[in-house]
Amino acid sequence: MAVFYILLLFMIVAAIIAVETKNLLSAVICVGAIGFGGSLMFLFLRAPDIAITQIVVEVLGLIILIRATIARDVTLISGDREFFGTVVSVVILFVIFLAGMQVFATLPQFGAPIFARLPEAASQAYVRDGLSDTGATNVVTSVYLDYRAYDTLGEATVLFTAIVGATVILRGKSRKLLEDSDA
Amino acid sequence: MLYALCFLLFMIGLYCAVVKKNMVKIVLGIMIMEYAVNLFLIMLGYRAGGTAPILGVSDVNRQTASVAAHFLNTAVDPLPQALVLTSIVISLGSLALMISICIRTYAKYGTFDITEIRRLRG
Amino acid sequence: MKGMTVIVKTVASWVKVLIFLFGIYIILFGHLTPGGGFAGGVILASSYVLLMLAFGRTFVEDNLPLPVASRLDCLGAFLFALIAIAGLVVGGTFFLNFLYQEYLVGEPFKLVSGGTIPLSNVAIGLKVGASLFLVIFALSVFRCDSEKPGDEPSPDRAVEKGE
Repeated sequence: MAVFYILLLFMIVAAIIAVETKNLLSAVICVGAIGFGGSLMFLFLRAPDIAITQIVVEVLGLIILIRATIARDVTLISGDREFFGTVVSVVILFVIFLAGMQVFATLPQFGAPIFARLPEAASQAYVRDGLSDTGATNVVTSVYLDYRAYDTLGEATVLFTAIVGATVILRGKSRKLLEDSDA
Repeated sequence: MLYALCFLLFMIGLYCAVVKKNMVKIVLGIMIMEYAVNLFLIMLGYRAGGTAPILGVSDVNRQTASVAAHFLNTAVDPLPQALVLTSIVISLGSLALMISICIRTYAKYGTFDITEIRRLRG
Repeated sequence: MKGMTVIVKTVASWVKVLIFLFGIYIILFGHLTPGGGFAGGVILASSYVLLMLAFGRTFVEDNLPLPVASRLDCLGAFLFALIAIAGLVVGGTFFLNFLYQEYLVGEPFKLVSGGTIPLSNVAIGLKVGASLFLVIFALSVFRCDSEKPGDEPSPDRAVEKGE
């Protein structure tokens, strides 16, 4: 259990540095550190699928972010937002934090999930019947590709839309240059 | 207590997305929020002393083709893992979209500052 | 985007094959070991990103042209929907695992098991890999085209213009 606290504290310190530093490249690297700490947390939380996915997604995300920030306006933002707006935002966020802490008293204790107490929970059926219903020994794969395949269809649609949107936003200038060079 | 630290991480991301002026910093705040939410969902399903929900050769009775009882008692929750898996890949797609908007805005206005963008017109 | 030195190019040309093979392994064995279509697809895309960083954008554009990549992307999404509709046609339920129910049962812990699950993994891996390759390619193309003549050159841009 101590390893969870250490990793979470590391992620929180990296997040504070990412938020407060003035250099954009340092902020991007700190967000990369949060991602790697998250992948280690997933490994210790007994989720190896998620750990693999998080590491490779983190690497590609770092490449995308660094492409955007390097050789651009790296040093920056002199001055702050107006002081009153910042203070009001911080006060409201603190109130939300206190209200959220009240909710955590109702959540199950860490290490004793809900489905361990309820024999009719869906996850009990997935773990018990996963092999005989689908034939796959990886229960997580049988969940997201057989029992809940609609969610995967929705994810494929959302990813497709996001990529098409990004490509359309980035395409306009290069096509104009292509036409100028052809003409 | 661990839930509270995860929620603190989410709050830090929310603060960064709300208060900062630089567009890339806002994108970084949104990414921190996404990491915190994925972590929270996986932490909800953790069973102390549990094993990963992947069957090994010793967890299956070959004759009856059923799962052994010790696996049923120690497996962690597979349902949040399946949902978080798709969520992580969607966060990469949305990061690409947000960064493409930032790059486009920088090419047109020459700055990442959102207060400057409101003042300069065309 | 220009390439890098000779050492980086040599090592990248060896390592890229290993990364691609690893991505295919993660996709194909997704129903037996941790991994699955999403992680494998991202690994496939990252092998092409390695090529793009080491050899430059034009080399990768000749290797895997943009229309081919975008058709692979659409093919992956279409395959996934086709498997779902095949379940509807054969068994009467959308997304039915029809291969496991009657035709190709297989044994647990072998590669041929799980019915339509490995096929869905392949379709998802293809789709995710091609999509992410497309978007990182579009990001690099835009960056090189976005330099107007009156820009203040920073050191990296000056190196790229002079090369």
